[in-house]
Amino acid sequence: MRSWLPFEWIVALRFLREGRLQTLFISGGVAIGVAVIVFMSALLSGLQGNLVRRVLSAQAHIQLLPPKDVARALGPPPGLAPGAVEGAIVQTPLQRTQSIDQWQALVAQIAAMPDVQVVSPTAAGPALAVRGDASRALSLTGIVPELYFRIVDLPDKLVRGSARLGNGDVFIGTELAADLGLAVGDKLRLSGSKGATATLIVTGLLDLGNKGANQRAAYVALHTAQSLLGLAGGASGIDVTVQDVYAAERIAQRITRLTGVQADSWIATNAQFFSAVQAQKTSNTTIRLFVALSVAFGIASVLVVSVVQKSREIGILRAMGIRRGQVLRVFLLQGGLLGLAGSVGGCALGAGGLLLWQHVAVNADGTPLFPLSIEPALLGTALLLATLTGLLAALAPALRAARLDPAVAIRG
Amino acid sequence: MVDRPTESVVSLRGVRKVFNAGLPSETEVLHGIDLDLARGAFCAVMGPSGSGKSTLLNIVGLLDRPSSGSLAICGEETTQLDDAALTRLRGHNIGFVFQYHHLLTAFTAQENVMMPLLGAAGFPNAAMARHAGELLDAVGLGAFRDQLAGRLSGGQQQRVAVARALAMDPAVLLADEPTGNLDSVSADAVFALLRRFNRERGTTVLFVTHNPALAERCDRTLQVVDGRVVA
Repeated sequence: MRSWLPFEWIVALRFLREGRLQTLFISGGVAIGVAVIVFMSALLSGLQGNLVRRVLSAQAHIQLLPPKDVARALGPPPGLAPGAVEGAIVQTPLQRTQSIDQWQALVAQIAAMPDVQVVSPTAAGPALAVRGDASRALSLTGIVPELYFRIVDLPDKLVRGSARLGNGDVFIGTELAADLGLAVGDKLRLSGSKGATATLIVTGLLDLGNKGANQRAAYVALHTAQSLLGLAGGASGIDVTVQDVYAAERIAQRITRLTGVQADSWIATNAQFFSAVQAQKTSNTTIRLFVALSVAFGIASVLVVSVVQKSREIGILRAMGIRRGQVLRVFLLQGGLLGLAGSVGGCALGAGGLLLWQHVAVNADGTPLFPLSIEPALLGTALLLATLTGLLAALAPALRAARLDPAVAIRG
Repeated sequence: MVDRPTESVVSLRGVRKVFNAGLPSETEVLHGIDLDLARGAFCAVMGPSGSGKSTLLNIVGLLDRPSSGSLAICGEETTQLDDAALTRLRGHNIGFVFQYHHLLTAFTAQENVMMPLLGAAGFPNAAMARHAGELLDAVGLGAFRDQLAGRLSGGQQQRVAVARALAMDPAVLLADEPTGNLDSVSADAVFALLRRFNRERGTTVLFVTHNPALAERCDRTLQVVDGRVVA
């Protein structure tokens, strides 16, 4: 008998050891349940993280855009009778590239907000790339490299060249480079819609993971884009990243409320994708809940049987002066210990399953389908929750044991 | 104020016990029992099955409450005590030996004897183990102290139960047919043990038995018939 263990622990451990087959089976059941939860959680969170990462690798979490031009009908002509309505055809105006008003102040204001990580102004618009007789329409984006690279990791997408983007430099997509026969170091003339032109040196070729984007994308320094697009000193957009990608919509709404400028989050612009992610999350939570419930009922049923089997022993313990609270704790501890033991096994089983998955589910080149990480926090949470589930599941049997009338229990 | 002899360890006045009170199946099992047991008394309780012997023992052992009347253990009135206080009083002053030993089979003989001490103190210690060992020596089972209780013979298990009942050095030992399941040799040995502890320690013993030969060896015999003490 271990002298450092209190009475309740000694009795609980002995009861569990005595019913070792029962203990083994229920711990195994808990372990399988916890393993399923750990495996599914890591797998789905890896898959979800991978999908979100892919979506967000080419766009900001929040994007601020200038207000759109709106056409308004003129007021009623003089002499029109009261109540009469004049028919007016309002044509939607063409949207010109324009700057966000007071964008520098906005950038400073947003950067000071909590949860915001990076704020980067951009100047984006259509342009024409001309080389010899060939020309291609492209989507030009002017950026501040040291800020924008922290939002979209363009250096990571470079297949040729270096991450240098000065005022005379341009990054273009690989398809555009192939169409125009360009290589790193070649010169390329760009024309803006208002007639401005600039001859730039190709310093990097980008693979943006999409053929269309690779045919159209071109990145230049902000000043260069401002000149080409006729936005002297202006910014046609402000890109923002936040700490919690799933809080982007809430933060975007706050930005709109505070600044009056329309802010679109990635959640709003990828609504269908986001709702699929949410549906996946919900189904995962539901499955986890049912597994946890089955674990809880398993523990409770074993302990109920144990209370019935041991009612005479409980009666004699009570007759010897053992308090109700002590009996209660003996059975609560058994529940908690079953949960803990099962969850330790379950975490090991789940982690083993994940390692196996990473070896089995691989791409053609042998790399994992998507990166999976066994988070210590996930294992810790599983341990804690399974132990708490065990304690909760043991509550009803423990109360039943504590309330046993010793005289009745001894009589059997 | 109830009049009680000062030397009484167990004192019952007008104790009634009614089961299923207010229901059609209401049964009065004890009808106004008056009983005083002095320190060191060794009293047999006899009577036919269903006469109320075990109910009387349960009430004296604070495992059950009387429907009316009063009970004092070691001078302490128990009628108004709550469950926690009754448990404490029972744990410190009353030992039990039942017809079936009810040992905890997951524990050794020594650990079973230590159990009441452990429950009261919360943590085990060397003094407890020593005391339990001495008690096992006294009942002749010192060599079996590390044996799991479930592996002992019936007679040995009942002797361990006697040692366990004496672990807290109680003022009262209640024995409910402790020899009922034993052969005559083991029964005699268990009775001799109870008698010895009664003489050596002054433990008051209330001993329920159907065996007239054993009852004759007690200092006093109560005959319980239909819930009344008739002799």
